Amino acid sequence: MKNGEVTFLVFRGEREKGIFKEYKIPYQEGMVVLDGILYIQSKLDGDMAVRWNCKAAKCGSCAAEINGKPSLMCKTKVKDLEQPIKVEPMRAYPHIKDLVSDTSWNMKTRRNMIQKIGFSPKKDANWRMKDQDIEKGREFRACIECGLCLDTCHVLREHKLFEKFIGPAYLTFAAYLETHPMDSANRLKWLKEEGGIMYCNITKCCTEACPEEIHITDNAIIPLKERVADEFFDPIRMIARKIFGGKS
Amino acid sequence: MSANDRYEIHQVDILVVGAGGAGLRAAIEAAKSGLKVGVVCKSLLGKAHTVMAEGGIAAALGNTDPEDNWKEHFRDTMYGGKFLNDWRFALKHAQLAPECVLELQEWGALFDRTEDGRILQRAFGGHSWRRLAHVGDRTGLEMIRTLQDKLLSFKNVDVFQEATIIHILKDGNSVSGAVGYWRETGRFLIFKTPAIILATGGMGKIYEVTSNSWEYTGSGYALALFAGAELRDMEFTQFHPTGMVWPPSVKGILVTEAVRGEGGRLYNSKKERFMQKYDPVRLELSTRDLVARSIYTEIKEGRGTEHGGVYLDVSHLPAEVVKKKLPGMYKQFLQFAGIDITKEPMEVAPTMHYTMGGVVVDPETQMTRVQGLFAAGEVASGLHGANRLGGNSLSDLLVFGKLAGKGAAEYVSSLKKEPKIDKGEVDFAIKDSLKYFEEKDGVSPYDIHDELKKTMQNLVGIFREEKDMKKALEKIYELKEKKIRVNGNVMFNPAWHLAIDLKFMLLCAECVTISALERKDSVGAHSRLDYPNESKEKYNQFIELKNGSIQLRKEPTLEVPDELKALLKVPPSRKWEERNGNKKNEKGE
Ligand SMILES: Cc1cc2nc3c(=O)[nH]c(=O)nc-3n(C[C@H](O)[C@H](O)[C@H](O)COP(=O)(O)OP(=O)(O)OC[C@H]3O[C@@H](n4cnc5c(N)ncnc54)[C@H](O)[C@@H]3O)c2cc1C
Ligand code: SF4
Ligand code: SF4
Ligand code: FES
Repeated sequence: MKNGEVTFLVFRGEREKGIFKEYKIPYQEGMVVLDGILYIQSKLDGDMAVRWNCKAAKCGSCAAEINGKPSLMCKTKVKDLEQPIKVEPMRAYPHIKDLVSDTSWNMKTRRNMIQKIGFSPKKDANWRMKDQDIEKGREFRACIECGLCLDTCHVLREHKLFEKFIGPAYLTFAAYLETHPMDSANRLKWLKEEGGIMYCNITKCCTEACPEEIHITDNAIIPLKERVADEFFDPIRMIARKIFGGKS
Repeated sequence: MSANDRYEIHQVDILVVGAGGAGLRAAIEAAKSGLKVGVVCKSLLGKAHTVMAEGGIAAALGNTDPEDNWKEHFRDTMYGGKFLNDWRFALKHAQLAPECVLELQEWGALFDRTEDGRILQRAFGGHSWRRLAHVGDRTGLEMIRTLQDKLLSFKNVDVFQEATIIHILKDGNSVSGAVGYWRETGRFLIFKTPAIILATGGMGKIYEVTSNSWEYTGSGYALALFAGAELRDMEFTQFHPTGMVWPPSVKGILVTEAVRGEGGRLYNSKKERFMQKYDPVRLELSTRDLVARSIYTEIKEGRGTEHGGVYLDVSHLPAEVVKKKLPGMYKQFLQFAGIDITKEPMEVAPTMHYTMGGVVVDPETQMTRVQGLFAAGEVASGLHGANRLGGNSLSDLLVFGKLAGKGAAEYVSSLKKEPKIDKGEVDFAIKDSLKYFEEKDGVSPYDIHDELKKTMQNLVGIFREEKDMKKALEKIYELKEKKIRVNGNVMFNPAWHLAIDLKFMLLCAECVTISALERKDSVGAHSRLDYPNESKEKYNQFIELKNGSIQLRKEPTLEVPDELKALLKVPPSRKWEERNGNKKNEKGE
């Protein structure tokens, strides 16, 4: 921080076309990247497009790539970063303007899941659940839908399989549904055929990107994948399941 | 752009403006009727302010304390509101909150549990029993996800995310539609609809220091006023005593009351434990309004900290106690302020938190006096009186959101003829919103916003006085006259969005200031230096627009019927502690 100044290189432009524009702005103690962006917006370039809401890592609005790393802007401190600080939108998604990308796929995917394989309570549910019964589900419910895991996952980012793979965030959502003690649906077939769960090859990049520290791969994806594999690729267990029934 | 590709037209039966708890709950109820529902929200779906709520939802389920019931909740709410509440709202709220919470559970919400597997409830200020259903300290996230998912299960719902409504269209005294724009493209949206439910939340962004997000620009209050509805008691703005002040990035973010509950002490810059002066008995654990006023006084009289706060210190407590009892705060300060609260004091100051006043609606249907215009949630009024109890907002959203959805569906089903939209009005609204691009030498909207926030913060804050507020009003009028200039184009342009929002914010600021000037006594969240005593008469203040200017009217508060009066005899207290022989509540609220 030379002379109390920080240098930002911010991607400015529309629909993928743009440049990194340099801004030198005053440093303030405790400054996070989002502060820098909002400073630029209010003092230098009023039309700088950026999403944010809570400024406290609770809403998942402010995801971007900071020095190449998918991060929440409101949680990333300026003093921990190498300068110039390069800020660009999440690249896995189509670009709209400046730091805003088109994440409408998220709502479409979630909505599709809800309509096809949504929460489906048991007919005789008595709604008595213990804390330990919902412990797993609670971890998945901490998801703030920031999209950082989706931005990171190579299946979406490099291979652009948005039409075939629901990605780590929505596998986490599926894991919540599957572990809800009052739920009665079986989603394994859907996860295999529509959700594309087998595209995931357990690289764990999503887990590293998650600001909520959800163990996406270990706790959500792997158990689901194992059950899918059991159900569809293991003939002996398949028969056993037919005889003994049960969800798991 | 030609006029035709400048806008697109959508026809819906019910338009819900806002996708926080109130809007989502209203939309679900409306969708159940099979009518076509549109939901519009400024941010992405699931990011509304409700997502930030922490503590819990107040509902007399009677799980944790079986003695609790709606009568107890009703009483606590009325006392909390200093009896300026419209009792009809407080009654409905207390009676319906439990079933609304159970509905969330049946839609998949995972609340913290009791030993025997039911919803666990925690204690909160002003509630006589442990009453708040909660999910750790992220109740709002669980609530918004549950509602959002329920909503998306309906096929007859269209969600317009990142779109903003800027004008309500009318046909005579009936709603006929709305004008809005897509944030992404700047393209205008025309809705043809006979019913609109406003669920737009509050207006904290007219203050400099607030726990509220950028969305809180008070557009719902202004849209309602412009459409011909009334507002009530806009002077009641809740300041939470302790918000963060430093670093700037977290200014206003909430510091929970539990910090003081665990033994946190307040000091001024002279290292004086100043609460000894203001409330020698209860000290830091005095009532919220009194603590907020004391902190404010210290700062205003020059004994504030470097960053304009006071110190809140827990470093005298053993570090492990702090980490165990205040894990969220420990993390929040470490992460955002780089402060280890087990070693250093926090800097805090009051933060604008909630708007008790708002749109006047019917307690049964939630309709305003404009046919087809409904309101629910923070933007509406009646339930909280002069002061809101913690946890009573989330339950408010559920109860009155649901009623609004039902009310709107019934209204639309009973309509005989479809109201018409007026093309001239549409064109005017569009043209008016684009004028900022044409101003040659206007000022930046960000600068106007800064001035407004400072004005409200300094002159219509916690302590109010006629001479300050008159100055504020002059300033607001001056800002209203200023020409605003926006650069760039309409595509995702926050400067343009702010310019439009400023019109709403300035009107809200004017309403707050005029109401505060007119209430010449001190009650609940409204403290006048020049009129420090509470008035004997209970009254409410109503605002409407006549020929574009604000008219204020006072009316006596609705009398509580005798059979309910009987419930109000014994004031609230921490009853479960009394029952348990004052054993300390181990959840430590
Ligand atoms: C930090 C914090 C903690 C809190 N904790 C609690 C708690 O524990 N318990 C409790 O009861 N209360 C709590 N509250 C208060 C409570 O969270 C809010 O009062 C409540 O969430 C408001 O809900 P709402 O549905 O009315 O509005 P919001 O959730 O704010 O939703 C408003 C919606 O309206 C939309 N909107 C606004 N204007 C327009 C427009 N012109 N066009 C289109 N859309 C528009 C927004 O985009 C948004 O979707 C807390 C508040 C804060 C700040
Ligand atoms: S573990 Fe699977 S979902 Fe996660 S990043 Fe790797 S491939 Fe994607
Ligand atoms: S799982 Fe984690 S990284 Fe992915 S969207 Fe949710 S919170 Fe973000
Ligand atoms: S602004 Fe909410 S997560 Fe960053």
